[in-house]
Parts: sequence; C-alpha cells; structure tokens
Amino acid sequence: MKQRTMVIIAAFVLVAGIGAGWYLTRPAQKESLIVSTTSSLYETGFLDFLKTQFEKRYSQYNVSFISQGTGLAIQTAKNGDADMVLVHDPAQEKAFLADGYGVNRVIVAYNFYIMVGPVADPAEVTGLGPVDALRKIAAEGPKGNAVWVSRGDNSGTHSKEKALWKLAGLNLTVLKAQKIEGTNTPWYLEAGSTMTATLQLANQKDAYTLTDVASFLKNSKSGNIQLVKVVDSGKDTLNVYSAIVCNPAKNTRGRYEASMALIRYIASDEGQALFRDYGIAEYGSALFKPWITTLKSNSDPTLIQWVKDYAYIDGSDCPTQYRLSPGDLYG
Amino acid sequence: MSWQPILDGLGKAAELILSGDREVIELTSRSLQTAGYATVMAGLVGLPLGVLIAMRQFRGKRFVKTLFNALVGVPTVTLGLFLYSLLSRSGPLGFLDLLYTVPGIAIGEAILILPIVVSFVASAIEAKDVQLRDLVRTLGASELETSLAVVREASSGVSLALISSFNRAFAELGIATMIGANIRGLTRVLTTAIALETAKGELGLSFALSFILLAVVLSLNFLVSFLQEGRLRLIVREV
Repeated sequence: MKQRTMVIIAAFVLVAGIGAGWYLTRPAQKESLIVSTTSSLYETGFLDFLKTQFEKRYSQYNVSFISQGTGLAIQTAKNGDADMVLVHDPAQEKAFLADGYGVNRVIVAYNFYIMVGPVADPAEVTGLGPVDALRKIAAEGPKGNAVWVSRGDNSGTHSKEKALWKLAGLNLTVLKAQKIEGTNTPWYLEAGSTMTATLQLANQKDAYTLTDVASFLKNSKSGNIQLVKVVDSGKDTLNVYSAIVCNPAKNTRGRYEASMALIRYIASDEGQALFRDYGIAEYGSALFKPWITTLKSNSDPTLIQWVKDYAYIDGSDCPTQYRLSPGDLYG
Repeated sequence: MSWQPILDGLGKAAELILSGDREVIELTSRSLQTAGYATVMAGLVGLPLGVLIAMRQFRGKRFVKTLFNALVGVPTVTLGLFLYSLLSRSGPLGFLDLLYTVPGIAIGEAILILPIVVSFVASAIEAKDVQLRDLVRTLGASELETSLAVVREASSGVSLALISSFNRAFAELGIATMIGANIRGLTRVLTTAIALETAKGELGLSFALSFILLAVVLSLNFLVSFLQEGRLRLIVREV
C-alpha cells in the first residue's frame, strides 16, 4: 500500500511539475499576430527571416506565419482566424477587398515564374515563350513525350498556371481527361500540394511544371531536383506578392494595430532591404525583388508597367475605398 | 532505394540528441505535453465511462460498445477537420480561442483517444471473472468501492489503455496539423515537423526526428512496463 501511495504521489508531482514548467516557459506576454501566407514565401525560409528581423525591431509582437497556399490562406482570413494575408493572386486579392474582408493592400515584392522540365526536354520547348510552350506540351502530352505537373491546389501559382492555359486557348477540363496513347495514365498530373512537393513530383516523373524562381533555386541548390529551366520569364509570367490587412470591421481578433505595424515594416526601406538581400549569399541572386524600392527608383520602367498592368487594382495598390487610416503607407 | 537518407538520419539523430539541440528539445517537450494532457483528460473521462459500460446492464449496451470500438479507428484528419470548423472564429466554439494553440491540440487529441480508453478499459474489466465482482459486493462493498476494486484487479488492462492512448496521441499527425497549423515556436510538434521537413525535401532531418520520436515512445513504454513489473512482483510477494 505504501508503495502504491508513493507512486501516486510521484505521479501527481510529475504532472504538477510539467504543468508548472509549461506555464513558466510559455511565450512571454507578447501580442500574437497571425499571418496566413502562400507556401512559396515560406518554404524558401524567407518568412522565418522576416519574423526574426521584425521581432528584433518590435519586440512586443510574436508573429506566426501559417503557410497554407493562397486559396486556404484567404479562406482562413475570411474565417477570422488570421490578422493579415501575404499572397500572390491579384484576382483573389481583389475579391478579398471587394467582399469587405481586407483593407490597406500593399504590393511588396515580385519575381517571376519559370517553366522547368527534364534535362532531355522531350517536348522541345526550350527557348519558347510560355504560351507557345504550353501549346507544344499539350500537343506532345497525349503522344507520350511530355508529362505536366500542376499544383492543383488553388494556390497563386496554380491560378497563374490556369491563366496561362487560358491565354494559350486551351481547355483544361479536356486536357485533364486525356490519356497517354496506349495507356490509361493521364499526362496532366495534379500534385495537390506545395511548390516543393510539386517540384519533387515533377522531378520524379521527368515532367514539366510551372514554378516561381525562388522555389526552383532553393530546391536545385539542395539537390532535391535535377530539372532545368526551359522557359524564361517575361510579362506573362510575372509573380507579384501583396500584403493585405484583415478588415477590423469583420475580423474580431482585434490585431489591426499590430498588422499595420507589420505591413508598414515590410513597406519600409528596412523591410524592402530584406527582400533585396535574401538569398544572394546562397544562390547568387536574390530570391525576391523589392517592389516598393524598384518603384521609387524607377530603374526599370518596362517592368514597372508590367507589374502595374498585372497587379494594380483601379490604378493603384489599393483603391481608396479599401483604405483604412493608412497614414503615409501609400506615400 | 538509397539508404543515404536513413543513414544520414541516424547520424543526425545522434548528433541532435547529444548536442541537446534546443529546437528538438522544444519539439519533443511539446509533443509530450499535448499527448500527456490528452491522456490525462481522456483518462479522467474514459476510465469511469469504461467501468460504467462494463459493469452495468442496459439496453443498447452492445451498440455502445461496438460504437466505441469503431471510433478507435476514426481518421485523424477527419476529426481534425471537424474540430477545426468548430474552433474557428467563424464556428460555434470560436470564442474559446483554442485554434492554433497547444491546449487546442491537446483537447482534440483527447477526443481522438477517448474511444481507446473506453474500449480497452471495458474489455479489461469484462475479462475479469464476474464472480470477482459479486464476491466484492457480497463482502459489503458499496457501488464505488466495487468499481475501485475491479479497476484495481484489472489494472494491467487499464495501464494498457492509458499507454496505448498516449502512444496514439503522441504519434498522430492529423489533429496537430489541422488545429495547430505547425507554427514554429508555438504549436509545432515532432510529427508535424517531420511532415514539414519531408515536404521541404530535408529527408535526413525528417528521419532524424522520426528516430527521436520512436526513441521517446519506446523508452516511455519500457519505463512503464518496468514499473508495472515491479508492482506485480510486490503483489506476488505479499500473497
């Protein structure tokens, strides 16, 4: 009996100890900010970097980035479970603002999408423009000369891909149903996953896919994939990242001030410099380009016009009716 | 298949454990916390429930037992999704602010493992001879005392229930992902970290974390079984 009592007491002490330890080591009384984001910004490690730098500057905040893919990120924000979104799909962003869920949208960075494929390039698309390349792949697919892997997850990248197919005048429903000659396997595959997982699938299947430059560089460098770039960047393959604060009128989490602090930081010279420098040491070129810095310096008017044509809404980052006490956010 | 990632993983696991890597300790401790609290909660509710179901006769008893047995196998993603919609701000329990928190994961896992506790406890008690229960009752024990005596006799079955549910909670992925969202420094646990590193293509690190997870589960199970053995020997000696 004594033995058992001791065991029970020991158990209580253990549980109490764990509880106390947990209580004492919980994150300090910081304001917790939740940002739901696309997966490409996260998987390159950039967001961890941004978090460290932001919290150095504003130590009262604890930022949590939830990488979900654009579609889900926006849904999470609509559900009221996030304070801000960082995504790259202007069409979905416009709807987000128009439906009253977001305010103070700011375009923060850009890079390009590229198409990658097997070294052997069986469909012979190297050097073509994106639209021509897609048409060629669609022609070669049923013949067994090309496999295409799509994100298939409503992400920003997926939206871009769908837009390109549309530009090429091809009907995705038809393409998806096609099978490779003599087999029962489709040539158009849907990964339903993040960029890295999609690249790995494409690598495995020696397939072509659309990817953002940053994810490609990162995965190539680490030896995850042996795919090569086949179609270079241009106007049609622009990739533009924006941040949008959740509208406090609809979002009950009450972190509007914290979100504004973060968005101001990203738009500031210090924040923009993070984009400018990230990845240079490791990959030889920056993974993302700072938009606001580029706009101010006017170093590449053609590019600037492309971004404006693609990502501006009614002539600016954010139409005035969707702005909420922006202060000097829009210069 | 290349053995490289697995070998890498073994090496990395040893390195991480020996160097006392802070992030690994944080992940392990968080996994232990969520699973531990889940087991305590499920035990507090499931143990009495299992005893009740086993010892009472009531209409629909077989249905209830079958139901709990079936719920042992509930897919974690489905349960996670269901709880996510409940706990989201746009859901009925949003005001509890449990989404993306460790208590939220613990509660979700508790619900997951509750059927395990109930099923195992009920079976363990029913395996004990009915005469034992009647004997204790005829010796003048109250309802509560009878239940306690029966539980004590079925203690190995009860420990099995608790340990199995802890194992299940510790090693599950669906609920931690859906409710916790794998937030670094807040809700990331061993299983979600493994999934993330695999998705990132860091197979060596994935394997390392997997080995650590297995090591923790095995050590805990061995520890509990040694403690049990110790107690059994004591009882035998007393008799």
